[in-house]
Amino acid sequence: MAAERPTTDGLFQRRQRRERIERRIYFLASFATLLLIWEGCRATGLINPKLFPSIAAVVQSAVVQLRDGSLQQHMYASFLRVLTSFSIGITLAVVLGFLIGWFRVVRLMVDPVINFFRALPPIALIPLMIIFFGIGETSKIIVLSYASFFPALVVIYQALVSLDPIYIRAARTLGATNMEIFSRIILPQLVPHIITACRVSLGVCWATLVAAELIAAQRGIGAMMVEAQNFFQMPPLVLGIILIGIISLVMDAIVRAIEAHATQWQEKMSS
Amino acid sequence: MPEHGIVVQGVGLTYSSAAGSFEALRDINLTIQPGEFICLLGPSGCGKTTLLNTIAGFLEPTVGSVAVDGQRITGPGPDRGVVFQQYAVFPWLTVQENVQFGLRLAANRCSPDEMKRTAEHFIDLVNLRDFKDAYPKQLSGGMKQRVAIARAYAVNPKVLLMDEPFGALDAQTRHFMQESLLQILEKERKTVVFVTHGVEEAAFLSTRVVIMAACPGRVREIIPIDLPYPRDAATKTSPEFIKIRAVIEKVVREEFQKLRLSEVSPGCV
Repeated sequence: MAAERPTTDGLFQRRQRRERIERRIYFLASFATLLLIWEGCRATGLINPKLFPSIAAVVQSAVVQLRDGSLQQHMYASFLRVLTSFSIGITLAVVLGFLIGWFRVVRLMVDPVINFFRALPPIALIPLMIIFFGIGETSKIIVLSYASFFPALVVIYQALVSLDPIYIRAARTLGATNMEIFSRIILPQLVPHIITACRVSLGVCWATLVAAELIAAQRGIGAMMVEAQNFFQMPPLVLGIILIGIISLVMDAIVRAIEAHATQWQEKMSS
Repeated sequence: MPEHGIVVQGVGLTYSSAAGSFEALRDINLTIQPGEFICLLGPSGCGKTTLLNTIAGFLEPTVGSVAVDGQRITGPGPDRGVVFQQYAVFPWLTVQENVQFGLRLAANRCSPDEMKRTAEHFIDLVNLRDFKDAYPKQLSGGMKQRVAIARAYAVNPKVLLMDEPFGALDAQTRHFMQESLLQILEKERKTVVFVTHGVEEAAFLSTRVVIMAACPGRVREIIPIDLPYPRDAATKTSPEFIKIRAVIEKVVREEFQKLRLSEVSPGCV
């Protein structure tokens, strides 16, 4: 039966490799350009050099804070908040997502309010939470959990209702029970969507974190920036901005790597 | 009433909705002997897929009953394997895992050793040994459909229900798959009910062709195909084949004409 052949994988892979190298070069080039513009603006006087630190000053500030350990403490505090809240948010989203997908009653109950909460920015909850729980960790964790919960719920819910019923039918003809259909048909198809949900949630959670820390916190990258602002220390302030960007990028890259591994079976559009 | 085979008795099926009701099947009576290859043939809308789905257990007839080996059908089950037009091969599993899928279920539980042996046997039967670790996305349409056939075979059903399984394939692959299917059946006999709108396909594969009429869906005529098995590409050019194909073609054409007329003067749907 040699009449059919698989797709031309070899050629495709070679093109993919070339595109990957190309993307890396552009990745470096775009950041290098950004740094050049930064220094260029200072050198030409386009930005008052007193208001915007040099690259060297920011690096030096990072080194100093790394030496005395304060930068690690800030980052650790921020990480811990994100990780805790993200775990709570995503777990609740997966559980509720399944309940919504599986039970019509839950779906009918949740559907009308989901869009209301979805449109509500998490930061809007901060004042209320501070009154309820004070400025401690609890209010931050609640706000951040909320921030990671809704985008994840929406992604998982959408994925559940758009699953192709043909696989369930096929499994039934092979004798699958309801439990087996859940664990062997629905769950595996949802894995890529759960990972997407994680990506979206992490992004929102991280963005909200900084806002929460800007308002009230002793430790954390946001707190570090507020402190720098109060004392008019420009290098740590800019350092904070850069750190937030880098950490977001790294977290996203990690989730993407997991995604690539877990979804090998999926047909991909071009990247 | 015969104990063995598929017995469709007085089956009628009416879809009711707010917009009105639609009679998809009316008074279908059909007895299929074990080992027969039955093709359901007819214009679209004649209910051939609906009939197949009632045998599969996806649809419950409004009146009448369907029984396999004397047991009344109440839902889908592993005694009736189904091969779908859209392949329905699980994309997140490899070829081998797809074929093993049914064997892992509680309904057909067996030892890991037996599972592996059975899966490999049927992967060999459909000639996919070299692709057993491939994911479906790496396979062509014809290969995916062979995985689906092996997966259905693996749980050892009495009946194979095929819903236009080769409909989405190109003409060359379709011919090739028809011959492959007959070869597979030659090695491991099953009762087959096969939905198609291809006259040649029906004549080539079946022991009997059931031609259906539309509006409402009912059996118009049953034509036995007395060509000996094994059949191969040469069968299609034999005078006997050409003759029987013409007979079927004529009935199908008549039904198609009636359907076109009823479209001009609605009253059917």
